[in-house]
Amino acid sequence: MADQINREYTLRRLHSLLGVIPIGLFLMQHLVINHFSTYSEEAFNTAAGIVGNLPLVIVLEFAVIYIPILFHGIYGVYIAFVTEMNLGRYGWFRNWMFMLQRITGIITLIFIGWHVWETRLANAIYGTEVNFDMMANILSSPFMFWFYVVGVLAAVFHFANGLWSFFVTWGLTITPKSQRIMTIIVFFIFVIFSYLGLASLVAFAS
Amino acid sequence: MAEENKSIRFIITRQDDPDGKPYEEEFDIPYRENMNVISALMEIRRNPVNAKGEKTTPVFWEMGCLEEVCGACSMVINGKPQQSCTALVDKLEQPIKLEPMTTFPVVRDLAVDRSRMFDSLKKVKAWVPIDGTYDLGPGPRMAESRRQWAYELSKCMTCGVCLEACPNVNDRNDFIGPAPLSQVRLFNAHPTGEMHKAERMDAVLGEGGLQDCGNSQNCVKVCPKGIPLTTSIAAVNREATIHSFKSFFGSDQHA
Repeated sequence: MADQINREYTLRRLHSLLGVIPIGLFLMQHLVINHFSTYSEEAFNTAAGIVGNLPLVIVLEFAVIYIPILFHGIYGVYIAFVTEMNLGRYGWFRNWMFMLQRITGIITLIFIGWHVWETRLANAIYGTEVNFDMMANILSSPFMFWFYVVGVLAAVFHFANGLWSFFVTWGLTITPKSQRIMTIIVFFIFVIFSYLGLASLVAFAS
Repeated sequence: MAEENKSIRFIITRQDDPDGKPYEEEFDIPYRENMNVISALMEIRRNPVNAKGEKTTPVFWEMGCLEEVCGACSMVINGKPQQSCTALVDKLEQPIKLEPMTTFPVVRDLAVDRSRMFDSLKKVKAWVPIDGTYDLGPGPRMAESRRQWAYELSKCMTCGVCLEACPNVNDRNDFIGPAPLSQVRLFNAHPTGEMHKAERMDAVLGEGGLQDCGNSQNCVKVCPKGIPLTTSIAAVNREATIHSFKSFFGSDQHA
């Protein structure tokens, strides 16, 4: 009865899985590498150079980043679209998280689209070098700086809260108690990775 | 004796027929002690005169048991979906606002058609098949520890309040809602019902099934019977993970 497993179910589970593996893992890696910018320009350029020169980097990029994010993003817009906000009547914590998950998802999608265009695609099309100077240049505009602040916070929130849902979706946290503890854990994940991201932005901009 | 002249203002969202336009009508009901919302509606039925003193049609609603076990009299009272039989006037802020549950098609006034819930129960095979061509004898025994939590799930009265509060049950989404998902857990937990677990899981992973839950967890907050709906959903999620592994990689329970 393998063919009876529904398409929608498979897509939703795939959406949940890809959000954590590989996209969530990539996000964490990305923010850790970025944090080298707080040490020095050279430290960042070295760290980013290692990641940028991994073997078969173009294959890695497509398999681990572009294809999963495209699927997760496009299917995610659909998931957000089939929801009807009802915070006015039911303003509970989880309902807020539910709505914020969808709102930050849309913000993150826009942000990532712009971010990839400005960095990776600029490199591929115009040969602009991806390094500390490139980011310092972009973030010298106050508008772009705040755009990046919002984008990074949205992405990290979406990942942290998505990780919470991942644990429910795959049936790992069933009891209310385990779900509450997971809320605390993902809160710290949100704080730590927001700090890494924001500290890097400040380092690039100053 | 000031209480004798006291009256309660009701603001009721009415609708004359399934395709009609909803409108509001206000009523002043003479206060009596220990009134519930249904007794106020009965008073309107007895004397259908609105707050302006005009004669009007009696407000229509549905009711059955009057003790919060049938689920028929659910409506949105002061913004909160609940049963009108256990909604006590003394505990409600006035004026009291009554609206039909918007997730369901309105039949008339406060009565809605909850057919979709019963269709969902059929879809997910929320029953224990015991019929045979001969006497099948007694079924396997159920552990007391399991019976205790399963009993809590069996309190579901398909009242529709959880569907009303769910942001993913709407016109754009065919999600069957929390109630039938919890019933899948209930019947999977039954020693005889368990024999049809794989079939039930295939059904609940169909279009509009389990996967459409977005974990807003409103359902568990509004459930009048205190059913641990989100625990049920997560438990069925775990079962679905195992089920789809077995289904994809193969197991004795799957052809």
